[in-house]
This record gives sequence, structure tokens and C-alpha cells, in this order.
Amino acid sequence: MSAIPETMERIYQYPDSLTRANTHYCPGCTHGVIHRLVAEVLDELGVREQTIGVAPVGCAVLAYNYFNMDFVEAPHGRAPAMATGIKRTNPDKVVFTYQGDGDLAAIGTNEILHAAHRGEHITTIFVNNAIYGMTGGQMAPTTLPGQKTTSSPFGRDPKIAGMPVHISEIMAVIPGVVYATRQATLDLAGINKTRKAIKRAFLAQLQGLGFSIVEVLSTCPTNWNMDPWAAMQWAKENMIPQFPLGDTRVSDEVAALKV
Amino acid sequence: MAKELLKGNEAFAEAAIRYGLEAYFGYPITPQSEALEHLARRMVEENRVFIQAESELGAINMVYGAACCGVRTMASTSGPGFSLMEEGLSYIAGSEVPAVVVNMQRGGPGLGNIQPSQSDYFLMTKSAGHGDFHPLVLAPASVQELIDMMGLAFDLAEKYRTLVLVAGDGSLGQMMESAELPPMQPFPRPRPDWAVSGAKGRKPHIITSLDLSPEGLERINLRLQAKLAEIQQHEIRWKEYETADAEILLVAYGTTGRICLSAMREARKQGLKVGLFRPQTLWPFPAARLHELAGQTRAMLVAEMNAGQMVEDVRLAVAGQTPVHFYGRLGGIVPLSDEILAEVKKL
Repeated sequence: MSAIPETMERIYQYPDSLTRANTHYCPGCTHGVIHRLVAEVLDELGVREQTIGVAPVGCAVLAYNYFNMDFVEAPHGRAPAMATGIKRTNPDKVVFTYQGDGDLAAIGTNEILHAAHRGEHITTIFVNNAIYGMTGGQMAPTTLPGQKTTSSPFGRDPKIAGMPVHISEIMAVIPGVVYATRQATLDLAGINKTRKAIKRAFLAQLQGLGFSIVEVLSTCPTNWNMDPWAAMQWAKENMIPQFPLGDTRVSDEVAALKV
Repeated sequence: MAKELLKGNEAFAEAAIRYGLEAYFGYPITPQSEALEHLARRMVEENRVFIQAESELGAINMVYGAACCGVRTMASTSGPGFSLMEEGLSYIAGSEVPAVVVNMQRGGPGLGNIQPSQSDYFLMTKSAGHGDFHPLVLAPASVQELIDMMGLAFDLAEKYRTLVLVAGDGSLGQMMESAELPPMQPFPRPRPDWAVSGAKGRKPHIITSLDLSPEGLERINLRLQAKLAEIQQHEIRWKEYETADAEILLVAYGTTGRICLSAMREARKQGLKVGLFRPQTLWPFPAARLHELAGQTRAMLVAEMNAGQMVEDVRLAVAGQTPVHFYGRLGGIVPLSDEILAEVKKL
């Protein structure tokens, strides 16, 4: 590490909550950015040593190699159930799940809905890139109408496959959810807003208010067959109109939190 | 503690609490729902964790999460629910965390019915989930043995960091008989060093069943197999009745084992040299002792409430030394001791 002159203040460094491992994420994928945002928030809140994370099945299956904290690896879609078992037996710990759209919005809908309904004091980071990345680019529940994937080669036909699943809007009507928001890590302003949302979600948990979820719109340059920059633009032009950004549920207590 | 009149389902639930159960996760299914109902009240009274999950998938993954924290945790279910739990059971086995699941078997396949059955023997002993593993399977034959085996189940699960199943059936769950509960053990129990608990002043603990390299996963599998071999060496349990001079040996577990005991006693009254061998662990199976006994018996009769599942393990153990016959009732029918005796007389 290069020496920093004493007269200069260090304003950017590796978060303690991340390991120094190189990630396996593809170039242009924003999982790395979202990992960093979660890590920064956990550092800032000073809770790294009391946090237990739950990794999904999907691209983030190896998240436990990148987060520098206790972690477990859940069966596909079951992270909220595992997190329930962990949090209920460790109410003083910070527990979060990190899940993709196939994991959370398809196979894991039952687990996420009921964890939310029970108002589990956990936080879910939900990364939505409209595709199954790890298995090679199949149609996800969040795939856009007309979007071509390896399992919707003619484009998603809503008559056959229905319309995309809107998790943040579903969360908005669940009483146990105290905070649900959809953000995007597609530009600097969005990254900053996402960081703030993640902090609010973890603060809600630390205050024992209920279930909090941050949906993050992301990209998959590899399986969208685009370069990273084009993927960012495509997501802005196509995903955001389908999945509008912003809070869908903010309880009064969460609204009163100082973030 | 004094003897009380206890129902099987409530007895194992209460026994689990007294043996230190910290977190229970279940889903209603007949014929085990009294356990869930008992725990819904008692776990709250004891200030412990009880959740009625959204499904058996939810329940077993809550168990998995709690097991990663090193607490005494369990679920209970019956056949159709057990099928759903197999996903989580495989992960529990693969990541080597201790957990207990009680299966009060009922008639199948499909929705089947809610009557007693032993049709999940294969499922529990040989295919409790994808991948190469065996849970340790205990087979109680009375309410008292069911109570006692709950303590054993937690002890063995923790000792070997493994999955332990308790193989009951609808009859055992529903019957009431006189039994003694254990005293309340100290609670909360200390948590083990390997558990996830927040990486305070130490390196992170990672609990996973994933290893993407074949060499790495083979190493894990070999370690698992070595552990299973150790369990096979130390944890085989069975009971023998009148085997010393038995010419005909009955082999049965659980409820059928009890019925065979009645049949054996009646046979003895009638002067027939009949003995009984009752496995108390279905995996590991008491094959070596059965092999010995096979050398001194004229014939064996395996009785089960299924179309013939444990009989395959008996035949493997006997290895052709003596004929192994089978008598089974299906669809939730419990055989009468007279039926067993009639079969014995045919041999």
C-alpha cells in the first residue's frame, strides 16, 4: 500500500466488512458495487462483528468469500427461512439475506412473503437484473416483456410467461414490512441513493422495527450480450420504466430514522 | 419424576423441551400435529423459539438456520411433509450441523391417509435427500422409548454434528401410555465454538455445503463417509428377546416390533421357539448381530407396515444363511399379533 502523506486525510479505503478476495463477478456486473455498499454500511454502523449473512443460490452464492463476517449458505430461495431460524435464536445479532431475482422472486416467493409477513427483524438485499445469471441467462420472473433469454429465445411472451414480478410493490402491502424500496446501481447518483437505502434498512433492523428490503436494479452484461456501458443504458431505458424507483413502504418509525 | 399417562406426540414434544430444545419449527400435519400444538404453548411458556412455518420447506430451513447457530433445534412431520423437508435435510447433512426431525409415518404414497405406516423406511435410511449421506435413524417402540430417544437424538446430533431422525408412526404418535418424562435440563445450553454467532474478535465462520472443485468436494465427502463409518462403529442399537434358543426369529422395528413381541410371547406359550430382534437404530442397521443370529435360526420373519423395505437390509445382513420371509400390511393397516403368529406357524 502506498504511503499517504500525514497532511492528507484518508477518505476512501477498503471496508473492514469485505475480505480482500477477488470476486468472480463478470466485468460490469454491479454485485461488487452492492457488496461494497452493504459492507460500508455495516462498517459505518459498527456491527460487522455481530452480523450473520445468508447467501443465496445464484451469482452471489459465494458472497461469503467476499463479506468478512459470519455467513451461511442457503438452499435456493430459502435464505429468509434460514435467516428466520438465525435471528430468532440470536435476536441481538444483525441478520441479512442477499438474494437475486431467480432466488427471491421465483423459487423463494413463499419464504420471502412469509418472513416479511411475520415481520422478521431481518434485512433483505434483493438484486434484480431481470435474468438468471449463474445458470447461463434463462428467463427470470423479472425478465421484461419481449426480452430474449436462453429460455425465452423469441422474447418473453406475457401470454405464456406472464408479466414481470414486482417484489417491492408486493412488499408495500405487507404489514410486517417497515421499509421497502427499489433503487438502482446504474450511475453514481443511484449508487449513493442505494447506499442510503441500505443504511436505512439496517437501521430499521437495529431499532427492532420489523422486516426491511432493498431491491436494487442491476445489470448482467454477460447474459444480456452487451458491454457494461450498454447494459447500464439498457437497464435505465428498459428496466426502470418497468420497475419504477423509489420507496414503496416506509413506516412512520422508519421515516423518523436519522440516516 | 413420576409416571404419567402421556400421548406419544405430546410426550416427545415435552421431552424435547426438557432435553434442551431451544427452537422448534413445524407445520401442521396429521398424525403429528399434537406435537406442534403442545410446543406452541410450552415453548412460549419457557421463553424459547416456536414458529409455525409457511410450509415444511420453510420449517426445515428455519431448523437449518438455527442449527448453524449450534442450538438444539428440531422439526416434526409425517410422510408428505418429510418429502418436502428432504431438500433441507440434504443441506443439513452436507454442511454438518446438528438437527433432529421426527417423522410420524402415515400411509402413502401421495396423500395416502393418516393411519400408521412404516412406508418411509427407504426414505429415511437411504434417501433422505440428494447426495451421498445417511442420517442416523432412531426407531422407538413405546412412548417411554420415544421420550428417551429424544435425548439420545440431540446428544448424537451434537456429538457427530449430524442429522438424526426419529422414525415413529401414527400409532406411536397417537397412543397414550404410562411413561416418565426426564427432569428439565439446565437452559440455555452453551453454544459450540464452530457456530455462527458474529465474528467478534475471531475469523468469520462460514457454514456451507458448496465446494465447486471436485477434489475439494471429494475430500468433504470422504470426511462425511469417515464420520458415518464412525457412527456405524459406535451407535448401532437393538433389542433381543428370547434369541438364545430361537429357531424362528422375528425381525421388526417400532410399532411392528411391539406387535411381534406379543406374537412371540403367545408362540412361546404354545411351545414354539420364537425370538424377536428389534432394531432401535435403522441406520446404522444392526447387520452384524443379525448375521450372527442367522447362523443359529431356521428361518426369519420380517414384519413391517409396508410392502417390504427393512427386509432388504435383513437379507443383506443374513446373506443367504437362512430363509428370510416377509409379512407386511399396507395402506395404514396395523397387523394383529395373531396374523404374525399365523405366519410363524407357516414356516
